[in-house]
Amino acid sequence: MKPGRPAAGSSHWLFTEDRLREEVTESQPALLPLDAWHRARGGRMVPFAGYEMPVQYEGIMAEHLWTRESAGLFDVSHMGQLVFSGDGADAELEKLLPGDVRALKAGRMRYSLLLNEAGGILDDLMITRLPEGHPFGEAGADDLYMVVNGAVKFDDIGTLREHVADRITINHMEDRALLALQGPKAVDALARLVPGVADLVFMRAGAFDWQGVPLWISRSGYTGEDGFEISLPGDAATVFTDALLEQPEVKPIGLGARDSLRLEAGLPLYGHDLDPEITPVTADLGFALSKRRREERGFAGADHILAERENGAVARRVGLIIDGRQPVREGADVLDGEGSMVGRVTSGGVAPSVGKPIAMAYVPVAMAAPGTAITVSQRGKVHHATVAAMPFVPHRYVRAGA
Amino acid sequence: MTRYFTEDHEWIDVDGSTATVGITDYAQGQLGDIVFVELPDEGKRFEKGDEAAVVESVKAASDVYSPISGTVVELNGDLEDTPALVNDDAEGDGWFFKLDMADAGELDGLMDEEKYGAFVSKL
Repeated sequence: MKPGRPAAGSSHWLFTEDRLREEVTESQPALLPLDAWHRARGGRMVPFAGYEMPVQYEGIMAEHLWTRESAGLFDVSHMGQLVFSGDGADAELEKLLPGDVRALKAGRMRYSLLLNEAGGILDDLMITRLPEGHPFGEAGADDLYMVVNGAVKFDDIGTLREHVADRITINHMEDRALLALQGPKAVDALARLVPGVADLVFMRAGAFDWQGVPLWISRSGYTGEDGFEISLPGDAATVFTDALLEQPEVKPIGLGARDSLRLEAGLPLYGHDLDPEITPVTADLGFALSKRRREERGFAGADHILAERENGAVARRVGLIIDGRQPVREGADVLDGEGSMVGRVTSGGVAPSVGKPIAMAYVPVAMAAPGTAITVSQRGKVHHATVAAMPFVPHRYVRAGA
Repeated sequence: MTRYFTEDHEWIDVDGSTATVGITDYAQGQLGDIVFVELPDEGKRFEKGDEAAVVESVKAASDVYSPISGTVVELNGDLEDTPALVNDDAEGDGWFFKLDMADAGELDGLMDEEKYGAFVSKL
């Protein structure tokens, strides 16, 4: 037995994480603050984004379902945590981000994109306006906190440093850990340790304290569930994570279930569903183009992106529900009525909460309406599928005023 | 009946000229939750090393190669509705297909259970 499509650099096929393949360098993977913690709990470690990361503990299916019904704890310390300081940091970031960063109030965050001059997506990210006295080192007024994908974080820093004015300081906080606690019972578990977090709502964040450990907590995540993301000093990560795991609602969850959860939630994964050849309009991420920014233009790739928004893109990211039981995965071809390749699948797998194979794909806009029947070819076999509205599983965010 | 093992983590039960093929318990443990098994057509003839089946876990698709040459004479139809049989009983009810062997000499050099256990312990 051997892998269908082996990943470069994998030592043995059984450890080939096809869905989780990242730009792994030839060098030895680095270790994150919770490395020993994962191994002690039976985490199966695989190279991911240049680090050794847990792909699963008891099994992807069980971990996925546990997160949807209780609370799952994810270590996402491979992600890049950046703080931008200096006069007008928000306006400087708006050179590359199409979101309204200037309008962000302290403790508010938004999803945004790092763009190249052609309007292609270099990364997707979260940007937060920090309050005065925030826990990230020397706190200046109007500092901004950004979380970027681990696999491209050093490229991102290079791009940002090149385009953002020299007076702006970029602090890459490599000594901090990042955890995500996701699921309907996440609030119960976390509020027991950190009173006050229940007062946050979706996409709001604040500074908290746990036994003298400064925490930065946002109500956000990558599963479609209610939940939190917690930034803390790496040297406090083990003791805090132990305290979280003592809560009866909480189990550790690996990257495998993180991937299946985000796919069901309709959330794109950078390097798979998004890349520098894809624009925000094609990716169906038009909500990331803030109104003021569309009117003022002036962000990387604005001319191309806004023309595409006006005239329509050629292709669009859509969800697919696959007939039958066999998963259709990244790399499969989308076919037109004559059998010609007109698109591609960028993510796919069996969705544990949906009970069917699902996928994300780029298809011609004429085929992008929900309900459209399409065919997909994988390893010479034709699969039938239907375009489906995303998310596949409803989001359960706790929003302001709800 | 004699059971043989390959370095690609397949097992082969030989009964006369009939060989039953599956993946090992070690392999299913590494793959994790199995959600689909694509089996060959009955009557299909394989040379040793041909792609014979695809086993799909939640996270990846893996090819299963025919460990010996022969003609497919029977499929495990239970895997269609219950692919998790491979997780629950990889070396029993989770078998994949039966071959009418073309050349019993191909079994020479395959591992027995003890040797396979030693092989796996070094991975």
